[in-house]
Amino acid sequence: MSLRFGLVGAVAIATAWMSPAQCDTIKVGIIGTMSGPYALFGQNFKYGIDAWVAKNGSKVGDHQIEFVYRDEESPNPAKSKSLAQELIVKEKVQYIAGLYFTPDALAVAPLLEEAKVPMIVMNAATSAIVEKSPYIVRTSFTMWQNTVPAAKVAKARAAKKVAIAVSDYGPGVDAEAAFKKTFEADGGTIVQSIRMPLNTTDFGPIMQRIKDSGADMIFTFLPAGPPTLGFVKAYIDNGLKASGVKLLSTGDVVTEPDLPNIGDSGEGILSTYHYAVSHDSPENKAFLADMIKAGAKPDDITMASVAAYDGARLIYKMVEATNGQKDPDKALAAVKGMKWVSPRGPVSIDPDTRHIRQNVYLREVVKQDGKFLNKELQTFDAQPDWGLAKN
Amino acid sequence: MAWTGLSIGLDALSYGMVLFIISIGLSIMMGLMRVVNLAHGAFAMIGGYLASFALKNAGVGYPLAIVLAVLGTIAIAFPLEFLLYRRIYRKSDELTQILLTIGIAFVIIGVANYILGPTTKSIPLPPLLSGPVDLGFRMIPAHRIFVMICGVCTAGLLWLLIDRTEFGIRLRAAVDNGDMAESLGIKTQILFSATFALAVGLAAFGGVVGAELLPVEPFYALRYMVTFLVVVSVGGAGSIPGAVAASILLGLADTTGKYLAPEYGEFFFYLAVILVVFLFPNGLLGRRH
Repeated sequence: MSLRFGLVGAVAIATAWMSPAQCDTIKVGIIGTMSGPYALFGQNFKYGIDAWVAKNGSKVGDHQIEFVYRDEESPNPAKSKSLAQELIVKEKVQYIAGLYFTPDALAVAPLLEEAKVPMIVMNAATSAIVEKSPYIVRTSFTMWQNTVPAAKVAKARAAKKVAIAVSDYGPGVDAEAAFKKTFEADGGTIVQSIRMPLNTTDFGPIMQRIKDSGADMIFTFLPAGPPTLGFVKAYIDNGLKASGVKLLSTGDVVTEPDLPNIGDSGEGILSTYHYAVSHDSPENKAFLADMIKAGAKPDDITMASVAAYDGARLIYKMVEATNGQKDPDKALAAVKGMKWVSPRGPVSIDPDTRHIRQNVYLREVVKQDGKFLNKELQTFDAQPDWGLAKN
Repeated sequence: MAWTGLSIGLDALSYGMVLFIISIGLSIMMGLMRVVNLAHGAFAMIGGYLASFALKNAGVGYPLAIVLAVLGTIAIAFPLEFLLYRRIYRKSDELTQILLTIGIAFVIIGVANYILGPTTKSIPLPPLLSGPVDLGFRMIPAHRIFVMICGVCTAGLLWLLIDRTEFGIRLRAAVDNGDMAESLGIKTQILFSATFALAVGLAAFGGVVGAELLPVEPFYALRYMVTFLVVVSVGGAGSIPGAVAASILLGLADTTGKYLAPEYGEFFFYLAVILVVFLFPNGLLGRRH
C-alpha cells in the first residue's frame, strides 16, 4: 500500500518537475558565415545576439531560449538548405535566423511554410527574399533601400554623368537598377554601367574604363569583404580621385574595419547606409558597450551585429506572443508593424512587406582623433524598401 | 585607340609581373624537384602577413619589411622542409605530394584565420610608392611601376643564378641525374633545401609586392592557387623565360578582357590557357619529361 502510494507520488513529482510549462527550451537556429572569408560577419551575428541576451537575459517568461549556430561559409544554397533541414528536423528549432547571402536565404525560404518556422533574415539584401514566404521578416536592409537615397545625393551634388560599377550578382544588379532608375528619373545620365565578377581583385582596367567614359562620379556596390579595399585603392591610385571624379557607394564598401586599411586617401568618400558605428545616440552607446561585454573588439563591429541584435528582439517578441507554442501566424502578426528605437535609429517592421523601415544616412569618411569613421551628414527618414512593388 | 592599347599593356604588364614573381618559385620547384607544391600560395600569404606586421606593428621601413618577410617566411617554412617536403622530392607519386601540400595549405589557412582573423591585412606603402604617377597619356599607380621593375630584376637574377653560376650547374646536374650527381660528390640534399628556400623566398617576395593586386587574407592560399598553377603549366615547369612569357600573356588576356568586357569575368584568361595548352601541351617553353 505504502509502496504503491510512494510510487505514484514519485511519478507525480517527476512529472511536475519535467512539465513543459515550468521549464522548456525554445531553440533558434542561426545560419551564418562562421568561418571563411566572410567570418567577420558571422561573428557579428553572434556578438549581436550575445549582446541582446546579456542585456535581456536568456529567458522569455518561463521559456529558456537557446541559439544553435550553423556555418553557411560562403554563398552555398545547397549547404544552407540542408543546414536548415537539419535544424528543423533534428534540433527541432522554432525559428531560423541569420543568412548572410541572398542565394542561401532563397534556398531556405521554401522550407518555412511546411515546417511552420519563421525566418528572420539578418543580412541578405535582395528585395525579393521577403516575397518568397509569408514567414520571412528582415531586420537588415535592401540594396534599393540604401541606393535610392544615393541617387538623390548624386543629383544634389550636381553630378551629371555617372558611371556605375557593381558586383555581378543579385544585390549588385539590384543596386544598379535602383540607381539607374532614380538618377535617370531626376534627369541624370548614366555613361557607363559595369558589372564586375565577384572574384575580381585587380580593378585597374575597370578604373581606366571609367576614366575614359568621362564620368564625373562613380556609384559602386561590392559586398563587404576583401575586394572592397582593392576597389577604393584602385580608384585613388589610378588618379581618378585626383582628377576630380567623385566616389559614391553604399556603406558596404567602406565598412568600419576596412577604413584604417584604406588610410588617409579615403577621406571624403561618400556613402549611404542604414548604420554607422559612430551613430550618435544613447541607444547606440549602450549597444556598443554591450557588444564589448559580449566579447566583440571595437574595430570589428559592423552592420551585421545590429541586424542580429534587432533580430533577437523580434524573436523574443515572437516567443512572448505565442507563449512558446509553435504558431508562426501568431508570431508574425506580433511583429508586423512593431516599432522601436534601434541602435541605428527609429525603425519599424512594415506590415505589408515584413521588411524593416529605417533611416538611411549619407556619410562621409573623416578622420577624428586619429581614427577613421563614417560621419553622418544627412538623414533620409523612414525609408521603405523601394524595390518591392507594394511601395 | 593607340593610347588605350598602351594603357591596357601597362596594366597587363604589372599584373603579369606579380603573377611571375609569385609563380616562378612554384615553377622552379615543379621543374627542378618535381614537387607540385600546392602550399606555395600559403607561403606567399605568410610573406604578406609578416610584412604587414613589420610595417604596422614593428614600425620598420618598407625595404626592411620586405627583407624580414622573405627571411621570416623561409624560417617558418624550413621546419616543414626538414620534416615533410624532404620526403617527397623527385618522388613521382603525385597523389602523395598533392595530399601533403594541400594539407599544409589548409593548416596554414586555419592558423592564419585563428590568429590574425578573417579580415584583409594591408601592407602600407611608403610615400614614394603610393599615389599616382602621371605618364602624360594616363595616370598609373607608382606601385605598379615598382612591381614591373621588381619582376624584370627577379627574372634577370634568377636566370644568372641558374644558368651562369656554379650553384646553377650543380643544381641542373642533380636534377638531370640525381644518383650520378651524388656519386660525383654533389650534395643533392643541400642543393634541394637551398632551392626550396629560394622558391619560398620568392613566393614571400611576390606576396608582399603583389599585395595591392592580390590582397592578403587567410584564403589567399586557395583563392589564387589555380592562377599560379596555370602560369606554371602555360609557361612550362622550370623554365624562367616560359614563366615570363606565360605571365605576360595571361596578364594581357585578363586585363584586356576586364577592360573591354568586364562582365565576362575570367573567360578570356581561361580561353588563353586552353589555347596555349592545346597548342603546346608541355607549356610554351617546357621540356618534355
